[in-house]
Order: sequence, then structure tokens, then C-alpha cells
Amino acid sequence: MAAEVVLMNEVESKAAQLGIDLSVDLNSIQLPPGENFGIVSDDEDVYLDDQLEFDSGFGNVIVVDNLPVVPREKFEKLEGVIRKIYSQIGVIKEDGLWMPTDPETKKTLGYCFIEYNTPQEAELAKEKTNGYKLDRSHIFAVNMFDDFDKYMRVPDEWAPPEIKPYTPGENLQKWLTDEKARDQFVIRAGTDTEVLWNDARQSKTELVYKRTYWTESFVQWSPLGTYLATVHRQGAAVWGGATTFNRLMRYAHPQVKLIDFSPGEKFLVTYSSHEPSNPRDANRVVINIFDVRTGKVMRDFKGSADEFSVGGAGGVAGVSWPVFRWGGGKADKYFAKLGKNMISVYETDIFSLIDKKSLKVENVVDFSWSPTDPILALFVPELGGGNQPARVSLVQIPSKAELRQKNLFSVSDCKMYWQSNGDYLAVKADRYTKTKKSTYTGFELFRIKERDIPIEVLELDNKSDKIIAFAWEPKGHRFAVIHGDNPRPDISFYSMRTAHNTGRVSKLSTLKGKQANALFWSPGGRFIVLAGLKGFNGQLEFFSVDELETMATAEHFMATEIEWDPTGRFVATAVTSVHEMENGFNIWSFNGKLLYRILKDHFFQFLWRPRPPSFLTPEKEEEIARNLKKYSKKYEAEDQDVSMLLSEQDREKRRKLKEEWDKWVSEWKQTHEEENLERQKLRGGEASDEEEEYEAKEVEVEELLDVSEEVLPFEE
Amino acid sequence: MRPILMKGHERPLTFLKYNRDGDLLFSCAKDHTPTVWFADNGERLGTYRGHNGAVWTCDVSRDSTRLLTGSADQTVKLWNVQTGTQLYTFNFGSPARSVEFAIGDKLAVITTDPFMDLTSAIHVKRIAKDQTEQTEESLLVIKGPQGRINRAVWGPLNRTIISAGEDAVIRIWDSETGKLLRESDKESGHKKTITSLTKAADGSHFLSGSLDKSAKLWDTRTLTLIKTYGTERPVNAVAMSPLLDHVVLGGGQDASAVTTTDHRAGKFEAKFYDKILQEEIGGVKGHFGPINALAFNPDGKSFSSGGEDGYVRLHHFDPDYFNIKI
Repeated sequence: MAAEVVLMNEVESKAAQLGIDLSVDLNSIQLPPGENFGIVSDDEDVYLDDQLEFDSGFGNVIVVDNLPVVPREKFEKLEGVIRKIYSQIGVIKEDGLWMPTDPETKKTLGYCFIEYNTPQEAELAKEKTNGYKLDRSHIFAVNMFDDFDKYMRVPDEWAPPEIKPYTPGENLQKWLTDEKARDQFVIRAGTDTEVLWNDARQSKTELVYKRTYWTESFVQWSPLGTYLATVHRQGAAVWGGATTFNRLMRYAHPQVKLIDFSPGEKFLVTYSSHEPSNPRDANRVVINIFDVRTGKVMRDFKGSADEFSVGGAGGVAGVSWPVFRWGGGKADKYFAKLGKNMISVYETDIFSLIDKKSLKVENVVDFSWSPTDPILALFVPELGGGNQPARVSLVQIPSKAELRQKNLFSVSDCKMYWQSNGDYLAVKADRYTKTKKSTYTGFELFRIKERDIPIEVLELDNKSDKIIAFAWEPKGHRFAVIHGDNPRPDISFYSMRTAHNTGRVSKLSTLKGKQANALFWSPGGRFIVLAGLKGFNGQLEFFSVDELETMATAEHFMATEIEWDPTGRFVATAVTSVHEMENGFNIWSFNGKLLYRILKDHFFQFLWRPRPPSFLTPEKEEEIARNLKKYSKKYEAEDQDVSMLLSEQDREKRRKLKEEWDKWVSEWKQTHEEENLERQKLRGGEASDEEEEYEAKEVEVEELLDVSEEVLPFEE
Repeated sequence: MRPILMKGHERPLTFLKYNRDGDLLFSCAKDHTPTVWFADNGERLGTYRGHNGAVWTCDVSRDSTRLLTGSADQTVKLWNVQTGTQLYTFNFGSPARSVEFAIGDKLAVITTDPFMDLTSAIHVKRIAKDQTEQTEESLLVIKGPQGRINRAVWGPLNRTIISAGEDAVIRIWDSETGKLLRESDKESGHKKTITSLTKAADGSHFLSGSLDKSAKLWDTRTLTLIKTYGTERPVNAVAMSPLLDHVVLGGGQDASAVTTTDHRAGKFEAKFYDKILQEEIGGVKGHFGPINALAFNPDGKSFSSGGEDGYVRLHHFDPDYFNIKI
């Protein structure tokens, strides 16, 4: 906008007018060190400090030892051989190969230095050629140049490590002790990231912490809500604390793209993918697994993207994230990766493969962990044109014993859905019809916790219906399915057990013709939001599954995201920046009452802070549910107080605004009247103001429309 | 409230103006013919033919005899309202963006756009009572603001001129000397182009609408910010009810950026706000393009809106509108 550009001569003339001396050399001004007066520097080097801590500048140099010792005549030949070997791996810098010679004998010394363009290439070269056999007596020993430095610095004498005095940490779970039992959430809009309380009683938010440029790509809560993770060019960081957000730990991983916490938030997996120097190669993938609390790298995995993209989308940059899936519930005991014809299961006690072997499964394409138990469900597709049926099997870890197996015939695709307690597993199988021209869908339902794991087959009433969405009730026995082909699909609810039939699945109800394409169960079960996102413009239906009735229907126009708060009391719906307009979020009560809405341009993320599982026993929880009246009394009283206070405040505010306005108006009226005469003059003496010349006249107009004469019969 | 749809323009509407009695409605559009309608039933009364470009603005004299129109054909024309004949043509080197008669109808303020090597300017012209004495000469020319000046209106007693435009600053000028008297505060003022500006019936305060998705109410004499009305879309047009404490904001996504998914996506509603509490009280849907012009009947019992879609929608309020309580 043109007006924001202030010309220097304008500044000068203004300064002259005000008598300010502008003759200061701006370059001579020096800020005190470390002070920037809140002005963010646009010099990128300032922000690279962190990276410099991690490498000394020779990260791209390797040292190759155990080379043959050759006289001067053969020097060039040896150099040629080495160059040939090492330029296959990456681009050696110009003058990047240096083989020192003995100044007296002119013989080589049996080692050389190679400098690559990037540290990644150097690392790859070290990995690939360490132990390379040139001939029988010359086996290469390759090291990073920086490592030499590091090992040289190890002191000869052992000194006992200093024992640091214990400093008690902050209570990282302080937010759970909120007096008003509120929940927090984080939002990212524009360059700002804010953590806010959801103060539903007052229908507003309360700021906890706000920071500009907190993250360079996204933020993520740890699964139990203790940490907030941010992602930067140099690596990831976690933040948390009792009252505010302090940086608790940093995890160095240059150009990190994706992160994933283990379910018990003991470990953090970071991922980056690097462009290969040779465009024919696949991207190089680096994955680190950190211990969240100590910041130590527990294990790293490096390799080409191909090795990590089995079963995923594949392609140059594509791995299906998370590469490592965590199993065994909150104990973070196992993690597993899908490989070609195998599943590699690692144990976190030793950070290596169980029994030092991967689990061999021919042609396995997908697997998933039970959310609570160390049980793997894996899927092998049909082979040999149907000669060998597709198969779903459950495998116990660490024994690797198969618990249950089911063969499926003429299956084209399979998806696995675990219930949150690991009680049930639903396998959605798409099957070919007899003609093989189309497919239909059926469900195989596994009852994991029952003896011998019985399996039940469920088919929809109309078998040819397409399945649009499937979701288990968290901690419950029910599930919901959106199915149908027409623009208004049906939604069915099923239960794995009913009062009179505990062993069979039965249908509870079908809702016909709903504008929905996504299901969002409350984390506490019982309630579900049937949402029509994207094409359906953000239709919302708040449905109670216990009563099988709709509590409310609403709309958050263009909504892209829906998230229940961890307690199941509130629902947040958001429009993120995929849409240009309407960015922002709405907070609803569980039964579909809009509590408040906040608009933010360039809205990127909305995430509720998760809560760790309750310490109450199931019995105690049930007891509370039964005597809810007794427990809720206190809160109801508080609610009432707050609403009284609010309406009082509201009235007060309105009264004030009205008063203020009346003051303005009376002032205006007065001046207006004072200026009346002058205005008349301007109008050439014509009676000026409106009211005076208005004259209400009532004019009655009678119009003769038609005259007709008629002889009426005269009766006596 | 069933609106009367007035289809008389072939191109997007640009401006609407009621005469003082509230019986006539003048409409300007990007087609070249300003049109006059019966404000009661929406019947077309006549057109004013002669412009050779989009007509951006108009104003009608207090006695409803003369109409002033400003056009992109670089002229401002004075018309006989009743006969539709051209009385006079002011020629400029650049498109005329806004016109307004002063109190007494002896003066008019005209703004012109920056064009070729001309900068934008505010001109004050004398309007002669006798047509034969009318001259081209400007009493005053004010230059200075960067970019287009979208609106310039007279202050109380014709002593000042209030201007607003692309540079998002509202300025008050001395109408005699052309001196800059006041400027709106950068902090509290608009952040983007001011698209519209409308005065209260008694001229004591005025409302400005901006692409920064807000409208602001100002004191005309002191340029004090009184109220801010936040909305969800760029504001193209504003109007104030002369009867109740209501303001109306119209706008929507820019026509070039309109989504094709749903008519609601662009927010083409006219939104009603409580003037004092700054709270939204309602909306009137109907246009399928952004609203470019809004005007209230001086009796406060009807209003009309003009859209990018080429329609003028005339709304007579239902009786319950006058009993809204919040």
C-alpha cells in the first residue's frame, strides 16, 4: 500500500518542523550484546547458532585407513582407484581427495582424506565402505574426521563423573489441577502459537501462553499431554511446566520433518528425508528415536526411502508415517516396522530386534497393534490368483505365537480397526462379487478377550453398500458405520453385546439419509457427532447413542476439523487455512449447543491437550456415575454463580455503552442546534431542519368507480 | 420481508442514493446509465443517458431537481431529474469516483482517481443556480493522499471535507484553504482500503467500511473513533438507519476470488449490527455476488442493496423489525 511508504524527505521535513536533529549515523548505533529490543533479525545466521553446536565444520570429511602403501610411481593409480570407489557414493569436492605422502620416502602413508559436499554423503560413505575389501590384506577402516577429534579428546585418566545436585523439576502436570477443571488447547494462526484455557462457563478463552514463531512447521502434544513438541530446522523440542511453557529438552535432528511420540510418551521418533545427490537414487531417510526425558538418542535408523516405505504410498519422498508403530499399550515396550516379507519388532529394553530376528511373513502388507496388549494383527493379501487365500492373523509378542488366524476368500482389500480397550478387532474386508467386476464389504469381528477368540461375520443389510466410515465407541461395545452410495448415506449402529444377547453382534438402529461422511465418538462414549465435512459444508449432528436420538443439529460452515476435548464435555470444530474465508474455530457443548466462536485468519491447527488416564478404578468411576447428583452439586452451584455474575456484568456493560452513546448524542444535538442558523443561511434562508417543515396532512380521496342501478324486489 | 427485485442494470451496481423525501431511488452501475426508481414499489421511472463509462457515484439535490453523477468516462454530469436532460458536463483528466452536494447545493465536492501521470485529487466546484452561469472552474483542488480516494463528503456547515480511500487513512480538510486538519490514527484506524463512507442524518458522525473486514464509526468534528464493527468479510458498503440504532454492512469476497462451492461461502449477506452494542443482530440474504452499495430510505422503513450480480433489492421492513430487542 502506497501510503505506508514514507519518503525520507518527508521524514526530514517533518523532523525539521518539529525541531528534531536527524543527523545521526544509523550504522554507528550499537545495541548492547544479547539485546534486540524485540526486533527479530532477518539475518538467518543468527538462528543457525544451534546447528553449529553439533558439528565442527568437518562433518563432511572421512578418513580412509588401511590403504596399500605405494611408491610414488603408483600414486596416481591408487588415487584413481579410490576416487572411483568413493565417487559412486557421493560427489567428492574439488580437491576433496588428499592422500599424504612421506616427505622422505615419497611413499604414501596408507590413509587418505575425502571431503564430500554434504555430511550425509560422508556418513553414507563411512557406512558403506567401512570393511571394504580392496584385497586380502587391505580392508578399509573408514571413520568420520570429527570422530578422530572426539576420541583424541578422551582423557587418558578416568575421572569419576561429577554428581550433579538434585534439582526438583517442575510439576509438569499442574494443568490437571485446575480449580475449575478446565481443559487446555493449542492453536496456531499466522505466526502465533497460543495455548488457551477453554473457559466454557464464561464462553471465552483464557490465555496461558503465547509465542510468535514458536515452531517452524507444526506443534504436537505428547499422548499424555505432558509436553508440547515444536519442530525446527535443527531438530525438535518439547515444552512444558507448571505455570508457563519452558523448553524442557531439545532433540537435534537437522531438517526434521515428522515426529511421533510413543503412547506412554517415553520416546520420541523423529524423521527426515534428504534429497540424494544422485537423482536416480531414492531419498535418504534418517530416523532417530530419542528418550524424551534425557534427550539421548536410543537408536537411529538410516537408509534409502525404499526400505521404509513398504506398504505405504511409496514414491520418492513417501513413507507411510509413522514408520514405527508402538505396541504393548502405555508401557512403550515394543515398536515395529513393516518390511518386505517381514515385520521387524524391536524391544525398548535393549533397542534391538526381539530374538535378533524379524518376524517372517510372506507378502505381508499391513499390520496394527492392539492399543493395550502386545498383540499384532497382520494382513496378507490373496496370492496366485486366488489359489492361496488372504489371511488375517493375530500374533502374540514376544513369543511370536499365532493366537488366531482367519482365511478370507476373494478379498481385494482389508482394513483393521481396534477398539480402544483392545477388546475387539473389526476387519473390514472388501470382497469381489462372483463376476469380479465389483466389490462388496463385510466385517470380521474378533472378540479378543474371550476364550479362543471367536470370530463373527457381519454383513450389512444391503451388501453392496459402500462403507464411508467406521468407528468404535471408545471403551464401549458399540460401533457406528456410515454406508451407502447415494449422496445421503445411511448410518447404522451395532452393539457387540446387548442385555439379552452377549455373544452376538446386533444392530441397534439405522438412520436413513444423513448428510455425513465422518464419525466422531465422544472419548467417553455414548455420544457421537455425525459430521458432513468437505462436500457437505460442515453439517453437524450431535447424537446420543444410548437414547438413539438426535440431540441437536447444527452447522459450522466449511468446517474441516472436529475434535472432542479429552473429557468428552466439549467439541471443537475448526476451519483451517485450506479455506480462504471463515478461518477460526467454534466450541460446542457435547449436546450441540454453540458456546462461542473465534475467528482467526490463517488458522492452521487446533489441538486439545490430552489428559493421562484417570487413576480412579472402574468401580469408583461407576460409583461416581451412579451418585452423580451428589458430586455435581458443587459444580452446579458454581455454574449458577458464574452465570449470575456474567449476566450482571453484561447488563452493566450494556448500560455503560448506552450511557456513553447518549452522551455523544446529546453533545451532537447541542452543536447541531447551535449551528442551525448558519445552516439556514447556507440554504439561502430556506427553513432548514427536517421536522419543522414536515406537515402531516390527511387527504381523503373518494373516487367513483362504477355506478349501477338495480331494481330490488320489494317485499312486505 | 419479501424484497422487490429491481433488474434494470446489466452490470454490477456501484452506488445507491435516495432523495431527501425518500420517494425516489437513484442507482449507478458499471453500465453507463444511472437509473431512477420509485422507492416505494421499485418501478423504474427513467434513465439518464449520456455517460460513456461506468458510473461510480451520484448525488441528488435537496429539492430533487438536479442529479450529479460521476463516471469513469472522466466526466461529472449535472442532470435535470425530471426530464433527464444533461445540464452541464465537468471534464476531468481522470475518472470521477465520488460526488456530493454541499448543504445549500451551491457547492459540490468531486474526487478523481489517479490516472496516467495525474494523482488523485479532491475538487470543489461551484454549482450555479442559473444554468447559463455554470463554469468549469474549481474553487479548490486538494492533492496529497496516495492512491484512489474512494469517498469525500462535506463536514458540518460545509467547513470541512472528509476523505477516505486506498491508503486506509481518513482525513479532514479545511474546505476553504485545503489545509489538512486531522488524520485518523494509524493504530485504531483501518488497516486496508476504505471502500465506503456514509454520514448520519444530522452529519454529526459517520461510518466507514473497509476491506480489513471492519466498519468504524467516527465523530465528524473531532475524528474520534467511537465504535468498531467486526465482520467476517471485506466491507464494500455501509449504511446507517436514520430511525433506529442500527448499522448495515455489506460486502463479500472479491468477485475474482469467490468460491464456486456455495453461495454462503462468499458471505454476500447484508449484516445488521446494533450501533451502540456493536453486536450482530441479523442478516439479509439474497444477492449472489458481493454487495457493492447500500442505502437507507430517509424514513428508516426500507433499505436497498445493490450487488455485483446487477440486481437492486429493495427491502421494506416487517413490523417486527421495529421491535427488535437485544
